[in-house]
Formats: sequence, structure tokens, C-alpha cells
Amino acid sequence: MKRLILALALFSVPLLANSPLPSAPYAYVQLENPSKEAEAQALMQSIRCLQCQGQSIADSDAQIAGDLRNQIRLRIKQGEEPEAIRAWLIERYGDYVSYAPRINSRTWPLFAAPVLLLGFAAFMLRRRFGKGEA
Amino acid sequence: MSEQKPAVPSRWALWLPLVLFGAFVALVLYGLQRPAERDVRSAMIGKPLPQFSLRAATDDRPGLSFADMADGKPKLLNIFASWCIPCAVEAPQLAQLRAQGIDVVGVAIRDKPDDLKAFLLRHGNPFSRIGADDVSAIQFAVGSSGVPESFVIDGKGTIRYQHIGEIRADQVEMIVKKVREAGQ
Repeated sequence: MKRLILALALFSVPLLANSPLPSAPYAYVQLENPSKEAEAQALMQSIRCLQCQGQSIADSDAQIAGDLRNQIRLRIKQGEEPEAIRAWLIERYGDYVSYAPRINSRTWPLFAAPVLLLGFAAFMLRRRFGKGEA
Repeated sequence: MSEQKPAVPSRWALWLPLVLFGAFVALVLYGLQRPAERDVRSAMIGKPLPQFSLRAATDDRPGLSFADMADGKPKLLNIFASWCIPCAVEAPQLAQLRAQGIDVVGVAIRDKPDDLKAFLLRHGNPFSRIGADDVSAIQFAVGSSGVPESFVIDGKGTIRYQHIGEIRADQVEMIVKKVREAGQ
């Protein structure tokens, strides 16, 4: 009995379910132009899937990720710049949607801290080892 | 620098690494205790809805466009789908909102006309308009990351409030208040 329940559970539909519609035209289809497809791929690999949040939309099979791949490919096909699309998405979802961090008023310490630490280390080392020469 | 002999660190300097380590552990523990925010909030609150135009999803309700949203009256824009189970849970609350005089407009995401019809027959149809969106375009345009989600839109078409997930019975009053505020 237990095995039967387990077997049934394996084939049951997940609770939140999925749309019965087929995926959008460019969700699983590459662009005809290889260089445009490469641009789209690079962007899609650095955009977070909104549902499976640890994945990029290039890796995710969530339908909303497929729809976003479709939109990104269509817009790149029409000649839009990948970074413009990224900015458009950040405007809507905030920095969280992009895997490529930007420098702004909240994130600058992340970029400044290593430089400051290296500077401090250099200063300390000079003080310690530079004494003999001076 | 009052230190005369740098070779002998002062007492507090000896303890400093341990204190720093303790502070770090405290920070990690604090981060572990706090439940992580899993929702991606829209960054479009306070900004106007983008231009859009969606065909009618059903025979008996018109479609939805930006012009319909910016007609001077505040609205609740409900993004839903017949295949989404929390959307069915939310249906009685939408009916209540409708009964309280809130104009509820809908966008059906990736839906088949027959499925949608059956869903509305079964759970009621509180919508004055229903647009059909088969590629989730409206979701990306307003910064929505799933279904159901509801947005309070004021009479000029500006997004005032985002509600992520189904509207529960105890949240109806709050939504009514938000829509009324948007109407002022």
C-alpha cells in the first residue's frame, strides 16, 4: 500500500500546477542569427529566475523563465542592446534580478572594502619591513 | 600612538580578534534566525503602468489596455490564471471586493479560453474586464513574479500598491482601504 501511494505521489500534479499552454515561441528555440543568440545567452545567464531564485533564467524550466527568455530573444532580435534590457528589468524588479552587481549607493562598500584592505595591508607591511631601510 | 614598545600589544588589542570573531558569529546567527524574504517585490510602485493592450480573454468581458486603466477611477488589477490553485482560494475575496464597489480588472496568464470559462463559472467572475496574456508580458512590465498578484492602480494609471500571493479573508479591508486611498 505504502509503495502504491509513493508511486502515485510520483506521478501526481504539483500543487501550484502549470499552464497547459505550449511554451512561448523563443522559450526553447534559439535565435536564427548565432551572434544575436550568443548575446541573448550571455544576458539570460546573468538574469535571475523569479520563481526558482537560485537559478538563472537560462537554467530554469519555470514557465515564467521561459516567457522571459522569449521576451529577451525577441527584443535582441529586434536590435535592442542586452544591457538596456538588463536595465529595464532592474527598473522593474530591483538589483536582485541581475547577477551582475552594479556599483551604487548601497553596493559601493563591497567594491571599496577590498581596495581599502589592500591599501591598509600595504601600509602596515611598509611600516614593518620598511623600517630597516629608513 | 602612545604605544612605546610595539612588540607588546596592549590588553584590549589582545582581545580584539576574539571580540571581532564573536561579533561575526552573532551576525551569522542573526541572519539564520531571520526568515528570508522569498518574494521579489516590484520596483514599480509609484510609477505609471507601461503602455499595454491585451485582447479579451472571454466572450463576455472586454480586453484590457492602458487607456482602460487610466480612466480616472482607481482599480484593482488582479493577475491570475485558471491553472493556479491559490487563485481559486482568492476568488471569494475578490467577490467581496466587488460587492464593496471596488472595480476589479483581471489579466489571465497563459490560459486556455475553455479552462478560463470553467474557472469563472465555478468560482465566480468579479472582473469588469479580462485581458489575455499568453507570454507573461504584463508581469514583466509591472515587475510581477507570479500568480496571483494584485496591484492597486489609481485613476491616472499609477501603480500604488502590490499584493503578492492570494488576498486572504482578513486582508480584504486592507485592500479596500488601499484602493480608496488611491482614489483620493
